[in-house]
Amino acid sequence: MARFLVRRTLSAVALLFAVSVVVFGIFEIIPSYNPARAIAGRNANAATVQEVAHKFGLDKPVYAQYANTMKLIFSGEIIDYQNDLNVVDQFRQRFPATLSLVIPAAILWMLAAIVLGSISALKAGKFADRALMVLAILGVSIPIFLLAAVLLYLLAFKTTIFPNTGYVAIGDSPSQWAYHLILPWFCIAVLSVGFYSRVLRSNLLDMVNQDFVRTARAKGLSQRKVFRRHVLRNSLMPIITMFGLDFATLIGGAALVTEAVFNIPGIGQYEAQAIGNLDVPPILVGAMFTGFFVVLFGAVADIVYALLDPRVRLTG
Amino acid sequence: MAVDPVITPGAAQRAEVIPAEAEARDYTPAIGPWKLALRRLRRNRVAMVFAGIFLAIVVVCVLAPVYAKHVAHIAPNQDNVTGTIKVGGHVKDVVSPQGLPIGPIWQSHYFFGADQEGRDVAVRLLYGGRTSLEIGLLATAIIIIFGTLFGLLAGYLRGPVDAVLRPLMELIWSFPPVILGVAVGTALALGGIGPIKGNSLLIPAFIIGVIYIPYLGKPIRGEVLRLREQDFVEAARAQGMGPWRIMISEILPNAASTIIVFVPMMLAYAILLEAYLSFLGAGVQAPNASWGTLLSDGIQIIDTTPHLALIPGAMLVLCVLSINVVGDGVRDALDPRAQVRIKT
Repeated sequence: MARFLVRRTLSAVALLFAVSVVVFGIFEIIPSYNPARAIAGRNANAATVQEVAHKFGLDKPVYAQYANTMKLIFSGEIIDYQNDLNVVDQFRQRFPATLSLVIPAAILWMLAAIVLGSISALKAGKFADRALMVLAILGVSIPIFLLAAVLLYLLAFKTTIFPNTGYVAIGDSPSQWAYHLILPWFCIAVLSVGFYSRVLRSNLLDMVNQDFVRTARAKGLSQRKVFRRHVLRNSLMPIITMFGLDFATLIGGAALVTEAVFNIPGIGQYEAQAIGNLDVPPILVGAMFTGFFVVLFGAVADIVYALLDPRVRLTG
Repeated sequence: MAVDPVITPGAAQRAEVIPAEAEARDYTPAIGPWKLALRRLRRNRVAMVFAGIFLAIVVVCVLAPVYAKHVAHIAPNQDNVTGTIKVGGHVKDVVSPQGLPIGPIWQSHYFFGADQEGRDVAVRLLYGGRTSLEIGLLATAIIIIFGTLFGLLAGYLRGPVDAVLRPLMELIWSFPPVILGVAVGTALALGGIGPIKGNSLLIPAFIIGVIYIPYLGKPIRGEVLRLREQDFVEAARAQGMGPWRIMISEILPNAASTIIVFVPMMLAYAILLEAYLSFLGAGVQAPNASWGTLLSDGIQIIDTTPHLALIPGAMLVLCVLSINVVGDGVRDALDPRAQVRIKT
């Protein structure tokens, strides 16, 4: 276990280094991109651009710029180019909103996927199974912003069942918090449920014919126990790995489209603005933030995996 | 001749050793694995219906200029704010004095209504479809060519080639596609690359292609790693075949079914990613229109003019949906037990 943690920590450091170098590199390679000009504005003259470049240290060599940026990030003093805001503070302030959006949505889609996947495996070929198949294909065919916009139009504008976008912190009013987030949760969850339950279904169907399932039945366990303890438990493995990665990228800001449509002030929204303005510091911090969660939840998924399956040893 | 229905074409090819006396015994000729897969696909009625829908969308979009010239009599970017149109004997404004465009009227002019500038939505929808499909096909071509090439080289040559290609693909793969695409797309849209202008359609196509290369390259590499240890590759090596010839004539045909499964899937993902990028302002740039830009323009004003969002939205979803259904059919036909997954 200790060895596992040490190795993962080392690979996390390596990945974060690689990600930061690449993101930094992308903006260096792109010929048309001049951050000083972007900060100074479209109509700035050459002298102003040069002044700005000097102020932000952009006239130094690339490696010096990189080292300086990293120093600022880890001391928490990094400032974005566009609004002169402290990037780390922004992430800290906005993180609760992203967590409020992503965690309940993830719980919702995982539970729904387990229930629906089990139903469609038990009733393979019947109506419920086919309906789920349709949901799964629709889920990978609809852009989330379209689903969100149509739901908002129908349920928040035509009829005023739900509030038309916005966000209330859970500390201010838990009921208003949930009321404002029901539609975003639903949007994120419904598009993933189909796919997850399809994968679970095919794992379940593969598992039913395994020897250990027959053994479990032969020793007299009830069908329910066989399904829950042996079939379902072993079928959850691949889903858990998928879930870890998806959850990590969503927490790291991949929910930016949902946050944009529903006007939720999370880190995704901040990143989206930063990307639109080619504001390198928030993009860099965002990418490293995502990378950190990808490694973290990858490790968590492996630990859960080992708990579920005693044959798995934690290595690497 | 009984053939195990779950066998993959590649495996079937390898297993297809017919004893010499078989012909003499008057057997019915064996059906090749590809023909068998094609037959399974053709029997899948749902997949065939959706293949028809997709082809219809492609044909209609290709014919966009014909529709614009001979049916709608208006160019895609031609505005008509002050114009009027006869609907059922009444003369109506194309765009009302309050700035609200006319909705769908189901006749040759303004079939799907107009947008705020009085442009014909149906004409723009078809031209937008051309753009989306062009970008999708171009990106898919990039993915298939380079994904296959990288997978083959990394998997077969291993060593230093693999040491370069694998981390490269892992790195691209570890970014969420939308975030990576928007970052690069915004940067390139500002000034283009070299001779290519910032608003060229080649830029989104190129970005989408590059982002999805690892999604094909990684599984192909795994497949090649498995294949290169097989006896028939060993035999080819013993005969003195060079690495290129082995890769192309021994390994590639056996990896072909995996590649084919990815073609429709990558096309669907490319068209969707274009919509996401355009929604975030990093995809297709004005004056070009695509389903993504039409949709994102429409969504901003969905409360007052829902048809501007719903019509391109329905078209996009129908197109991507039919590609996905056909893709599912192709996968079932080639390898009923395969599982492939991609994130957006």
